[in-house]
Amino acid sequence: MGTKTLYDKLWDSHLIHEDENGNGLLYIDRQLIHEVTSPQAFEGLRLSDRKPWRASANLAVADHNIPTENRDKGIADPVSALQVETLVNNCKAFHVPYIPMDDERQGIVHVVGPEQGATLPGMTIVCGDSHTATHGALGALAFGIGTSEVEHVMATQCLIQNKSKNMLVKVDGQLQKGVTAKDLVLCIIKKIGTAGGTGHTIEFAGEVVESLSVEERMTVCNMAIEAGARAGLIAVDEKTINYVKGRPFSPKGELWDKAIAYWKTLFSDADAKFDSIVSLDGNSIVPQITWGTSPEMGMDVGEAIPIAGKEEIENALEYMGLTNGGSLSDYKLDKIFIGSCTNSRIEDLRTAAEIVKGHKVADTIKIAMVVPGSGEVKNKAESEGLDKIFMEAGFEWREPGCSMCLAMNADRLESGERCASTSNRNFEGRQGQGGRTHLVSPIMAAAAAVNGHFVDVREILKAVV
Amino acid sequence: MEKFSNIRGIVAPIDRANVDTDAIIPKQFLKSIKRTGFGPNLFDEWRYLDIGEPGVSCDNRPLNNDFVLNQDRYQGSSILLTRNNFGCGSSREHAPWAIKDYGFRVLIAPSFADIFYNNCFKNGLLPIVLEESKIDDLFQSVHATPGFEMAIDLNNQKIQLSAGENISFNIDGYKKSCLMNGLDEIGQTMEKKEIIQSFERQHKKLSPWIFEDLVV
Ligand code: SF4
Repeated sequence: MGTKTLYDKLWDSHLIHEDENGNGLLYIDRQLIHEVTSPQAFEGLRLSDRKPWRASANLAVADHNIPTENRDKGIADPVSALQVETLVNNCKAFHVPYIPMDDERQGIVHVVGPEQGATLPGMTIVCGDSHTATHGALGALAFGIGTSEVEHVMATQCLIQNKSKNMLVKVDGQLQKGVTAKDLVLCIIKKIGTAGGTGHTIEFAGEVVESLSVEERMTVCNMAIEAGARAGLIAVDEKTINYVKGRPFSPKGELWDKAIAYWKTLFSDADAKFDSIVSLDGNSIVPQITWGTSPEMGMDVGEAIPIAGKEEIENALEYMGLTNGGSLSDYKLDKIFIGSCTNSRIEDLRTAAEIVKGHKVADTIKIAMVVPGSGEVKNKAESEGLDKIFMEAGFEWREPGCSMCLAMNADRLESGERCASTSNRNFEGRQGQGGRTHLVSPIMAAAAAVNGHFVDVREILKAVV
Repeated sequence: MEKFSNIRGIVAPIDRANVDTDAIIPKQFLKSIKRTGFGPNLFDEWRYLDIGEPGVSCDNRPLNNDFVLNQDRYQGSSILLTRNNFGCGSSREHAPWAIKDYGFRVLIAPSFADIFYNNCFKNGLLPIVLEESKIDDLFQSVHATPGFEMAIDLNNQKIQLSAGENISFNIDGYKKSCLMNGLDEIGQTMEKKEIIQSFERQHKKLSPWIFEDLVV
């Protein structure tokens, strides 16, 4: 005792059985479900005449396909409509709790889970979606799985897993003004690479991580998968408990007291062993922009575009339409996207609105849009007047969903268009075939919107004070 | 699941690291509610010169002749040789579905992304991890010899090269037996029903709040 990492604790408390090869049978407390990766799982249950083990341990919501405007008119694309309808029907048939499209709690599954208290510290949480890592910000062991595994969890409430290695990413110091959780995680990915965390669960710790709000912690854990790790984790503290308190599905009364007593044990012991430790100095982190087609292809704001040489860099520069050695601020942006499960929470919108307030989106920008992560975020933002700030500046204020993060709905980049995006993936074609994505923080995206190209948001913040 | 049997086949090389699942099967095809039919859209954006749409036949679409899988010498290939971190990004199982549907049975790389790696086994695909230097050698051989073939013997964990040379590989015992016997994993887990139930009872005592029904 006394020498466990947080991951070890979560693993051990959910381990039912381990076979001779070291494969663990892990109990799963919560499964989140969306329309894209679940139809074949429900179909599998049907074909083998199986029922969910514990239907009400699941929570479903449609987010990837749904339109972010004129939602009352339904989904125009019949293929998308069928997929959402299939989810609705499957949930009904298998008694799986489902938040409908017109419900104000609807939104991106990784925003909705924590917001509704369906995500709780200490849980094992899975979803057929790689950004399930997000929920680790609350001290839960959360990771993405494939559709066959969705079916497996539905039928058995368990999953067969190999235990991963423990990695600690420790960030001490303090973030400068204008440097956000997004910059922090982009910096970490730049440092360890997109495969750096493969086979590991990453625990984020250190003064900087402790100082982050729970929403900001979600931004960091969200992108653990972009560093190759299936799960990211942050220890439970007072902030976590305050965040969870009073949410619709959070425990109440006696259960609450019992729960917090347990949650307070969810941290890595002082002498716990990590397989690898990465340290970063928070003071030295500056706003980040990705220049290439992998989240690890990032740079400090103001840094020159990398010099081609390696084929990989050359290919990326070519796809992105960039000349090596130049300045990224010389390139005009076509679209601005503030949204996605990485950066669509209320704080993201608040900080972006602060930058936008009193300014106009540059004429050269074709569309700048804000897509709140959930109906609740949207309502909250509207009650604070953020929608007006954005719209007065020329932003479009949309309905919640994944939207242009992956462009499965109508929101997308056309070939060759350049976008400042607060999402998590800049892969070729991710936001539309031929589209060019630069990943940034919400305030960097907001600053880029009003200037038409990338600028150092710290300069703007200086001017504000 | 279909059993994995030993195969001999042509090797196709994708000489690129970090091939993500968005590239393997672009998002528009994820709207399908089926598990099959993704093969023609495997690597869609690299393979064709136009934009692919779900439900539209690929028969008359303009091919990108520079793309490896479109070259004559790799037609009918069933083994894919590639680089680090293959299958990174989105967890979509549509990626292994598309790879399998196209006709691949084996993938060889220095490393695979975790979720993708697991997804392969659920679909009768064998991902083999080899050292970087061996991968380099294999790329050389594939480039040098049109129609370069290998035989994969899962039981003995060996790759046999045409030259009569063997390369052994490691694989987790449970995963191997699932592939070889075509086991239904859910059925296997269901056999442990009682252990699961007894764990669940214990777990409920310790963390009762987890078992509150979600009432939407
Ligand atoms: S917002 Fe983007 S990354 Fe997040 S769940 Fe939706 S598609 Fe995936």
